[in-house]
Amino acid sequence: MTATPQPNSFRNQPDEHGHFGRFGGRYVAETLMPLILDLEKEYRAAKTDPAFRAEFDDLLANFVGRPSPLYHAPRMTQHYRDLAPEGMGPKIYFKREELNHTGAHKINNCVGQILLARRMGKTRIIAETGAGQHGVATATVAARFGLPCTIFMGAKDVERQKPNVFRMKLLGAEVQPVTSGAETLKDAMNEALRDWVANVHDTFYIIGTAAGPHPYPELVRDFQSVIGTETREQMMRAEGRLPDMLLAAVGGGSNAIGMFHPFLDDPDVAMIGVEAAGHGVETGEHAASIAGGKPGILHGNRTYLLQDEDGQITEAHSISAGLDYPGLGPEHSWLHESGRVRYVPITDKQALEAFQLCCALEGIIPALESAHALAALPEVTRTLGRDKLLVVNVSGRGDKDIFTVAEALGADI
Amino acid sequence: MTRFEKAFGKGPALVCFITAGDGDTAANLDALVEGGADVIELGMPFTDPMADGPAIQQANIRSLAKGTRTADILNMARSFRARHPEVPLVLMGYANPMTIRGPEWFAAECAKAGVDGVICVDIPSEEDAELGPALREAGVAMIRLATPTTDAARLPAVLEGSSGFLYYVSVAGITGMQQAAQASIEEAVARLKSASDLPVAVGFGVRTPDQAREIARVADGVVVGSALVDLVKQHGEAAPAAIRELTEALAEAVHTAR
Repeated sequence: MTATPQPNSFRNQPDEHGHFGRFGGRYVAETLMPLILDLEKEYRAAKTDPAFRAEFDDLLANFVGRPSPLYHAPRMTQHYRDLAPEGMGPKIYFKREELNHTGAHKINNCVGQILLARRMGKTRIIAETGAGQHGVATATVAARFGLPCTIFMGAKDVERQKPNVFRMKLLGAEVQPVTSGAETLKDAMNEALRDWVANVHDTFYIIGTAAGPHPYPELVRDFQSVIGTETREQMMRAEGRLPDMLLAAVGGGSNAIGMFHPFLDDPDVAMIGVEAAGHGVETGEHAASIAGGKPGILHGNRTYLLQDEDGQITEAHSISAGLDYPGLGPEHSWLHESGRVRYVPITDKQALEAFQLCCALEGIIPALESAHALAALPEVTRTLGRDKLLVVNVSGRGDKDIFTVAEALGADI
Repeated sequence: MTRFEKAFGKGPALVCFITAGDGDTAANLDALVEGGADVIELGMPFTDPMADGPAIQQANIRSLAKGTRTADILNMARSFRARHPEVPLVLMGYANPMTIRGPEWFAAECAKAGVDGVICVDIPSEEDAELGPALREAGVAMIRLATPTTDAARLPAVLEGSSGFLYYVSVAGITGMQQAAQASIEEAVARLKSASDLPVAVGFGVRTPDQAREIARVADGVVVGSALVDLVKQHGEAAPAAIRELTEALAEAVHTAR
């Protein structure tokens, strides 16, 4: 058997042009290009500036509430041991990102990016949002630093995520409903890019996931890597060794890359990214870019996308608004093709079952995004022994999803 | 002499944009030529036109809703070339539809269809390898965009490998919205012309003959898009008469500007 040639390290991407293998890059209009180059320069400087790091760490500790706990989930562990063949069923831990301020991992990245915005002298913030979690996190840091903020949100999402829309408004953000296209996350991102092109002189675009033109995939990953770095230290303290497997949901993929990246060069740590399969990949109504898409160029980067043979982007579907996007971050595309991370699809139905199980067994209401990661447990726990350690990234809390879940379960609230 | 050289050699040129598959494209294109357009830009619709304002976004949606395929657009180009052997034709659009079957495929199809040049909004010079080499190999011009944010340090990179003409995007923004101040256009055109021998066409936000005349006093070309696309929205299949009328007024203004 000929092995695919492996890189010396999985942690030294992207190259100086922002490419992760054949993915990534800077596919933006010329108007934005000088700004993107400027952002890259500023980020390089910030990365090596101890004062920037100190301010970031201080905000994560005292504003966000980090570190988030690494929690041993005893009843989920027992539940899957009972179902697994003899001797199987790993010890399950949750990385509790849902305990962060604003209820998800999104805030880690927003804190980092608003510090960059201030460093660059930008006076206005824009962002896109799907479920509203990134919009709330952005509005939060904008309020914290006293910067005006406009959030672009698909009109359909404005309608189905009313509590988050109101939160953003309370935090002082202007919420701009986007009526083009399917009126969801992809269209919100188009509109944010249009606003940015027209306001490059004073505006900073806080992209919510590890995607978009270079250097966004890299800097979002770096800001989110606090998740994996903490997990490493916490697991060493708790068990005296590294985990055997990491599980995380992948929409754009920022919580997953933040969890995975610090472990990529530890060959004994397996990683699984969970894509949203909606009604099932075979139905065409899904958001699984790797399982059901192919490489193309959108929103500034080359990556796996849902598209037809002419390269027109097709609509994604997922019960989870945060995973309802027809692409994913370019580093995930590269990790998929290099074989370092395995990506599996999970349907709406599977996610709903895992959502309820987590509520009932652990007393934790997970976000529907995180429920996708939890829904991979029935399969993976069957093949991992009892002495193995598994960490699920519970990236967000599910309060925002109770209306969606109630509707799906036919409950009246 | 290329079609571009001929078109820009007669004095200021009128460059007109419409979206392929929106309305009766062949009749719309003929109306542009009859009205006096010197260069035609045919927009390739895309589901996610990030650089376009509402007028062209909606045209893209109308076209795709009718089922327009890449093969149809290439056929429109081919039949245009047969009807109008002398008028330069440019395909303008986004990276994904242009590169999905590989850049060589697209470049070869353009050459076969008689397309003179390609404008790809989201392939800056940094990503030239994605499309530029294939187009140059096939003898199709890679027409680059320069913008108010393209500073002196970047300009050489933008010019490298570009041909046909240089498209100056006069406002930092999206298509069809506000118009730039005349003074800023004059300054930018002078700067671009001192750095390149390519003709400089100015677009974004140009809607009226008066605006076009002012720009044509200093630029080699004036690009009008959204105002024409709006006529297709307004008149549908009956747009050619209105398009011809506006194009005549624009052409008169541009051709007599100096």
